[in-house]
Amino acid sequence: MNVLSSWLRSYLPTVAATDRQLADDLTLRGIAVEGIFDVSAPVGGSLYETDITTNRVDAMNHYGVAREAAAIYGLTLAPLDTTLPAAKSGAGHPVRIEAPDACGRFTARILRGVNIGPSQGIVAERFAALGQKLILNAVDASNYVLFGMGHPTHAFDLDKIAGAILVRRARPGEKLKTLDGVDRVLDVDDVVVADEKQALGLAGVMGGWDTMITPETKNILVEAAWFDPAVVRRMSRRHGIHSDASHRFERGADFHAPPVASALVSQLILSNGGHIEGELVDVVIPQVLARVAARRPIAFSVSRCAQLLGRTSEGPGITDEVATGVLRALGCALEQTGEGRYAVKLPSWRLDLEREIDLVEEVARVYGYNGFANTLPSFSGTVLELPHAPKGAALRELLLAAGYHEAISSTFCSATDAATFAAQPGVAVAMDNPLSEEAGMLRPSLLPGMLTMLAHNLNRNVDDVRLFEMGTVFTGSPERVDEAQGLAFGATGRLRDGLHSARSVDFYDLKGLVEALTGRFVSRSVYYDAFPPESGLLPRWLNPARAARCVIDGSTIGYFGELHPDESDRRKLRQPVFIGEIYLDRLFRQSLRQPTARELSRYQPVRRDFSLVFPDTLHWEAVGSALASLQIPELQEYRPAEIFRDPKGKAVPAGHYSMLVSTTFQSPDRTLRDEDLHSWSNSIVTALESLGGKLRA
Amino acid sequence: MPDDSIPELGGYDDAALDRAFALLTTDLERAAGSLDGADAVEQFRLEWLGRKHGRLKTVSDAWLKTAPAAARRPLGQRFNSLKERIENLLTDSAAGKHRVSIGAAIDVTLPGTRPQPGAEHPILRTWHEAVRIFASIGYSVATGPEVETDYYNFESLNFPPNHPARDTQDTLVVAGQERKPLRDRLLMRTHTSPVQIRTMEQQPPPIRLVIPGKVHRNDAADATHSPIFHQLEGLCVDEGITFSDLKGTLDYAMKAFFGSSVKTRFFPSFFPFTEPSADVQISCIFCGGKGCRKCKHSGWIELLGCGMVDPSVFGFVREKQPAYDPEKISGFAFGMGLDRIAMMKYGVSDIGLLYSGDVRFLEQFA
Repeated sequence: MNVLSSWLRSYLPTVAATDRQLADDLTLRGIAVEGIFDVSAPVGGSLYETDITTNRVDAMNHYGVAREAAAIYGLTLAPLDTTLPAAKSGAGHPVRIEAPDACGRFTARILRGVNIGPSQGIVAERFAALGQKLILNAVDASNYVLFGMGHPTHAFDLDKIAGAILVRRARPGEKLKTLDGVDRVLDVDDVVVADEKQALGLAGVMGGWDTMITPETKNILVEAAWFDPAVVRRMSRRHGIHSDASHRFERGADFHAPPVASALVSQLILSNGGHIEGELVDVVIPQVLARVAARRPIAFSVSRCAQLLGRTSEGPGITDEVATGVLRALGCALEQTGEGRYAVKLPSWRLDLEREIDLVEEVARVYGYNGFANTLPSFSGTVLELPHAPKGAALRELLLAAGYHEAISSTFCSATDAATFAAQPGVAVAMDNPLSEEAGMLRPSLLPGMLTMLAHNLNRNVDDVRLFEMGTVFTGSPERVDEAQGLAFGATGRLRDGLHSARSVDFYDLKGLVEALTGRFVSRSVYYDAFPPESGLLPRWLNPARAARCVIDGSTIGYFGELHPDESDRRKLRQPVFIGEIYLDRLFRQSLRQPTARELSRYQPVRRDFSLVFPDTLHWEAVGSALASLQIPELQEYRPAEIFRDPKGKAVPAGHYSMLVSTTFQSPDRTLRDEDLHSWSNSIVTALESLGGKLRA
Repeated sequence: MPDDSIPELGGYDDAALDRAFALLTTDLERAAGSLDGADAVEQFRLEWLGRKHGRLKTVSDAWLKTAPAAARRPLGQRFNSLKERIENLLTDSAAGKHRVSIGAAIDVTLPGTRPQPGAEHPILRTWHEAVRIFASIGYSVATGPEVETDYYNFESLNFPPNHPARDTQDTLVVAGQERKPLRDRLLMRTHTSPVQIRTMEQQPPPIRLVIPGKVHRNDAADATHSPIFHQLEGLCVDEGITFSDLKGTLDYAMKAFFGSSVKTRFFPSFFPFTEPSADVQISCIFCGGKGCRKCKHSGWIELLGCGMVDPSVFGFVREKQPAYDPEKISGFAFGMGLDRIAMMKYGVSDIGLLYSGDVRFLEQFA
């Protein structure tokens, strides 16, 4: 809301502070002045751009801000001048409230013989300074009073009203053309201000087209009423109208304001001619009055207030004098009930105040938050990490060290991706109001996001990408959504920069990564397996020829490999992409491995290499287990050192490959003898030959 | 055999021997200084160790063979150490001769092969830093679900149904919730505050907790808004916790985060679940408070929201944990946007970059 300092000062002429000081003082008390601009003559002073929190509807006007300034500076704010010229005789306009739950008060005043035309003088000047559009004087008067003291009012063309004013619920299918020119069909929950024929306006939201003020208007009915916040809010949302009036009513207007607002609007209209007919008609629903304007006093304890707020930087702190001074300045009436105890009667314009804590906040606010000291509470407990934090940290460190950048992707994915990447069909959960069509589902996997990020880079000619993301995946149904932690990684392009020794990422880079990651955990057994394409057991996003599953202690930990060519084509990826996903909830069931040191042998290790030709059907796993089953304690290490296939089938027959198996023997307590080595070599050769291997010459 | 290849020996006393060998050593070291290339090394070897004309041979012939018996030992010792020095010099240069090949010299101006460590995500870096800072003053860590019920996200935090305060947090809702009672409807949590309630329901006071996490709002994306973002929530509940404790705690944390010269200031705000509520500004970390473009010339940057836990929040919790009696305990809560802090700290101008996975952006944080 925009506030003119000159308008503000007109209510509080004794403020000594400069405009800038005033802005600072207001800001630190919750009337946030976010911009200050000079205003030229004749208005002068400054324009404040303010941001007022939704609970402080009472301060969304100049008089309300002046009330705050009065509290800050300890000044007295004079009441508004509501004197009106004497009324000519008349009965006043009949008003009936038929929806007392929605309308607690309705005032109507008749002005006759008015002159409708453009606004002049201070209204026109202040509107110009505020950047507010001028319409016609009677309409401007209503807006002017809204900006001035905050209560919405409405001016009807009296001659277009047929009979009494009724405040009632809309009838089924009832129609109303509102001031914005929109023809609306009303809901039976809507509350309208109507005459005896038809609806004239949406109560507290917007007036109607048919009774609006025109240059030809001669006679006016001024409405100033109090409508229920929840009712106005429902109407405002239902019809998509956010008006100045609805904004204020739905946050709780001042029940005592209607007669004041009515008088102020009437003053302005009459300043251009015309007279009042009859007395103000003021219909009040007593139950609503009791509920909102005659609320029971709140018990307030100064010591409790001081205890909750703590130490102040200077002075004696929150004393009786400080606390009661603030509350009185804000319009509360205090009655002492004991030592430092008061019954506080609340001002009708502060519907946000309901409890003692609300008063404590007022005291702190007006005292100034920055007047309180900075203290640290003492503490003697333990600090707990999340149970899985060390495991997550171990994985993260390793991934970072391996050159994978940490990334965060969208929590949502498309229905297609959800179907492709969910671990089981039909477990993905849809959104009711998705951000976009591509974000219609809660992600059941981190991979759609990973692929989107890889594609983002490839589409920008960033070809060498390694990323990982740890995050939540979602499965379930509208009834219940389960969340699990996952880890996804993706790699494409070259490892290292191109100059010295670059090579492309391949399956074994991912496998090595998974081995290293799972190697941080204790396990009895780890194996990797592949599935033939026709088995249907491998996730469909993986290329079955270059993908594997990792199983730890019988539980599937994750899948990884090259993205399926179909999926790659669908995403228009122009180079092979390797991705994988690890189910952290499963991996985290294993404990983190605690490193333990072993004695290093003082004796020379001896290396023996064996070159054999194997049929393609024989996998390393068989070779490895054959060597393990020899149970030679001195066989410290065995690994495939070289693999060779001859496409021409000459050096190695077709359907076969040659493998150099490198072994290392070492004893912790003696030098190995030739006979030992000879005998072990023989058993190794025998074992490998029994697998179908042929020793190469 | 030229006599001038070795100095003249003035006598066989120690002083004379020392003088003569010192001259030889000087010559030797000078010659050793230019041992580059195989030819030079061979030349050096011949000059000193040559069997016919080497200087040692000359010394041996001229001095050793004619020395009186008493001088043989001191002369021999000096001779041997000179010989050893020559051999060492030759060994050193021979070692060099085999290993260094001038022809294969590398271009040291080519760029090196750099290690390519992955980069921490700036948000998570901020997240972990915040957790560390609060751990140092006794705060444990908790997390909670990203899909929440209306009850935990709104109602128990004192956002009544149909309350205008709900408008400020446009919510993404899970499909198929219409038939459920409002409180059970599932939505994407709009803040990390529900974890306050969940934690208090689980454990009695005292509580000191930070809650980092991902949150979602149905906001249009622009340079400073993302429908996905991260918050760090804090909660401290104990007997006698005061508003000045809240101030002191956040002042400490901001100084730990941004440096000890940073100042904080608090001013009134509104959150349904705290009262009194405050917004916290820090003095601009770019200009030190003098005013610059980053702080819109105010000298201050708004960074977080906080307040004393509203008694009605304790009221909701008391249904399950009676110890949260607002007559006996009090507490404060605070919440900060990790994205915003990361953006400010690392100079990120577009929040969308944080969720793009763009390597060109991420690798800057390695």
